[in-house]
Amino acid sequence: METARGASPLAKSRTDRKKTPGPDPQLLERMLYYLKLTREAESRIEQVLYRQGKIVGGVYVGRGQEAIGVGSAIQLVEGDVVLPSHRDFSCFLIRGFTLRQILCNWMGRANGPTRGRDNTLHIGDVNRGVIPIISHLGDTCPVACGVAMVLKRRGKNNVALVHFGEGTSSRGDVHEAMNMAGVMKLPVIFICNNNAYAYSTPTSKQYAVKDLAVRGAAYGMPGIVVDGNDILAVFSVVAEAIARGRRGEGPSFIECKTFRMSGHSAHDAAEYVPHELFEQWKQKDPIARFEKFLLAKRFLTEKQIERLGAEVTEQVDDAVAYAESSPLPEGASAAEGVYCGPDCWWKESSR
Amino acid sequence: MAILTYLEAIRQGIWEEMERDASVFLLGEDIAAYGGAFKVTAGLLERFGDERVIDTPISESAIVGAAVGAALMGMRPVAEMQFMDFISCGFDQIVNMAAKIHYRWGARVPLVIRGPAGAGVHGGPFHSQSNEMWFVHTPGLKVVVPATAYDAKGLIKASIRDDNPVIFFEHKYLYRRVKDEVPEEDYVVPLGKAAVRREGSDLAIITYGAMVRTALEAAGQLMTEGISVEVVDLRTLLPYDEQCILASVRKCSKVMLLHEDTRIGGMAGELAAMITEKAFEDLDGPVVRVTAPDTPVPFSPPLEDYFLPGVQKVVEAARKLAAY
Repeated sequence: METARGASPLAKSRTDRKKTPGPDPQLLERMLYYLKLTREAESRIEQVLYRQGKIVGGVYVGRGQEAIGVGSAIQLVEGDVVLPSHRDFSCFLIRGFTLRQILCNWMGRANGPTRGRDNTLHIGDVNRGVIPIISHLGDTCPVACGVAMVLKRRGKNNVALVHFGEGTSSRGDVHEAMNMAGVMKLPVIFICNNNAYAYSTPTSKQYAVKDLAVRGAAYGMPGIVVDGNDILAVFSVVAEAIARGRRGEGPSFIECKTFRMSGHSAHDAAEYVPHELFEQWKQKDPIARFEKFLLAKRFLTEKQIERLGAEVTEQVDDAVAYAESSPLPEGASAAEGVYCGPDCWWKESSR
Repeated sequence: MAILTYLEAIRQGIWEEMERDASVFLLGEDIAAYGGAFKVTAGLLERFGDERVIDTPISESAIVGAAVGAALMGMRPVAEMQFMDFISCGFDQIVNMAAKIHYRWGARVPLVIRGPAGAGVHGGPFHSQSNEMWFVHTPGLKVVVPATAYDAKGLIKASIRDDNPVIFFEHKYLYRRVKDEVPEEDYVVPLGKAAVRREGSDLAIITYGAMVRTALEAAGQLMTEGISVEVVDLRTLLPYDEQCILASVRKCSKVMLLHEDTRIGGMAGELAAMITEKAFEDLDGPVVRVTAPDTPVPFSPPLEDYFLPGVQKVVEAARKLAAY
C-alpha cells in the first residue's frame, strides 16, 4: 500500500511558497476558524448525531483532510466556482452556506437547501458558486469543464476548483474531463484528495503509479504533489494553479497526499486500515500542525485559539438546536419540482 | 414558404435560436469545421464562430457534463450525439446529473441533447437504435421525437427555450426523405402536445417518429377497404399528451399503439396501461401493439426489413382489430 510521503514534494511546495505571497495574519486566522469549525461540525454529526439516530442515511466526513478544502477554497473570489467532494465540508462554509442550513440538510428538514430531497453535502447554489457532487463521484469533473468554458468566455479571469478522491480518479469521467480541459485550456484546478483509501481499497489496488500527479503531463497540464496536511503548502500550490488559470494558461492537477482519519462512512469501523497508520497520521494532524505554526510565529496566542474553539463549539450547538427544531417536509411535497417551469416551486422560495 | 427537409428544418431552428439568444451554443464531435456527421450543423461555425460552435474530443460523458456545467452558469447548450446510440456513453451525466439537479437543489438546467436515432439505413446494431425509452423512464427529463419538418423546427426551438434537460431524437431516415413547407418566421411547437395527423372514426393509431409516415400510409390503404383510421403523432414522449390520446381513444373505441422501438418496456406498454386505467369503458377491443421485436437492430437488409414494423404489418393488425 502506498501512503503519502513527502520530503521532496513538501520541499517543492515550499519553494513555490516563496514565489507567491502567503496569506496575511487575518487570513491565517480565518483559515484556522474554518478548520476548527469543520472539524467540530463533522465530529458532532458523525460521533453524536448519527449515533443518536438524529441523522439518517450515510455520514461521510473529511476528518484529517480539512486543510485541503480550506487551503484551496479560501482563495476563491467573486465569480469563481467550487465543486467540492463529500470530504470538503469547509468549502460550503467558506462560500457562504450557514451551519444551520447545512445541519438542516443533514437532518432532512424542510428548510434545508434541498428541502429534504437530497442528503449530506449534496447542496448547491449557483449564486454562491457552489455545485455539489452526486454520489457518482467524478461526475463533477466534466461539469467543472462546462463551468470553466463559460468563465473563460466571460473574460473575468475566474476559475473553477473541483475536488475528488484518488478512488474517483479511476473513473472515466475524470479522464474525459482532464483531457477536455487540457485540449480547451480551461481554467479548472483539479484537486485530488489522496486519502489512501477508497472505501476499503488501498491505493495499491487503485492505480499503478507512485504519484497520481504524473497524469497531469498526459493531459498537457502541470501535475503537482503536495502534503495535503500542510495547509500552507496546499495554499501556495493552489495559489499558483489559480494564478495560472486566471492568466489563461489552462488547467492544473494537484495531488494532495493525506489520510482519511475515519471509516469510509460512519457505519464503517475501517478495520482494514492498519492501526499504526492512524497513529502515524495523527502526528500529522493538519489542525494541530497549523496551530503550532501560528503559535510559534506569534500570529495567535493560546488564549485566542481557545476562544476560537469555544466560538466554534457554540456555533455548532446553535446549528444543531436550530436543525432539530426545524420541521420535516410534508410527504406529498415529494411530488413537486421535478421540472422547472413557470410554476416552479423553487423560484417562489427565498433560498 | 420554403420547402425544407427535416434536416434543414432542424438546422434552421438551431440557427434562429442562436441568432435570437447569445446564450445558445453548440458542442459535440465533428460539428464545427466538418458540420456534423449528417451536416445538421453545417455553416454554423462560419456564422457564429468557434466560441459558440465547439468541436470536442470523443467524450460523450464530458460533452453532457460540460453542457450541464454551462447550463448551470446561465447558458443554453445544445449538445450533439453523433448517433443517439452513443448517448449510452453519456448516460450517467444525463440520468443522474442533469435530470435530478432541479429536483434536488432547484437550479435550472436548460440544455438539449440531440442527434440521429432510428433504423432503416442499414446502420447495424450500433447506429440504428430507437433508445428513447431509456430516458422516458427518468423523471426530470423531457423526450421529444419530431416526425415532420415543420415540427422538427418548431420542436427544436421549443426545446432550446425550455428550462429543463431535453433529449431530442431526430430520425435519421427522415433527415432527407421528409420535406414540408416550413415558415421562415419564428414559431415554436410546444412540448407535451400531440397532433392528430389524420382524422378517422374506426380505430386510432397512436405513434411517433418515423412510424407516423407508416401509419398514414397504412391509413390510406385501409380507407379503400372502408376502415377509417385516425393517426395521432405524440411528438413529445415525456411528458406525453394524455388528453389528446384519450380523446382519440374515446372517439374511435379501438386503439393500436405503434412504434419502431422494441416491444417490452416500450412506449406502447405505458400507453396501454394508461388507456385501460382511464378509458376502459370506452374500449371496444383489445389495445393492440405493433412494434419491433425484442432483438437488437440487425444489419443485413432482409433482417432489418423483418425487424421494422412496416405498412403491411400495420394494415394486417388494423384489419383484425377493426373486425373485433
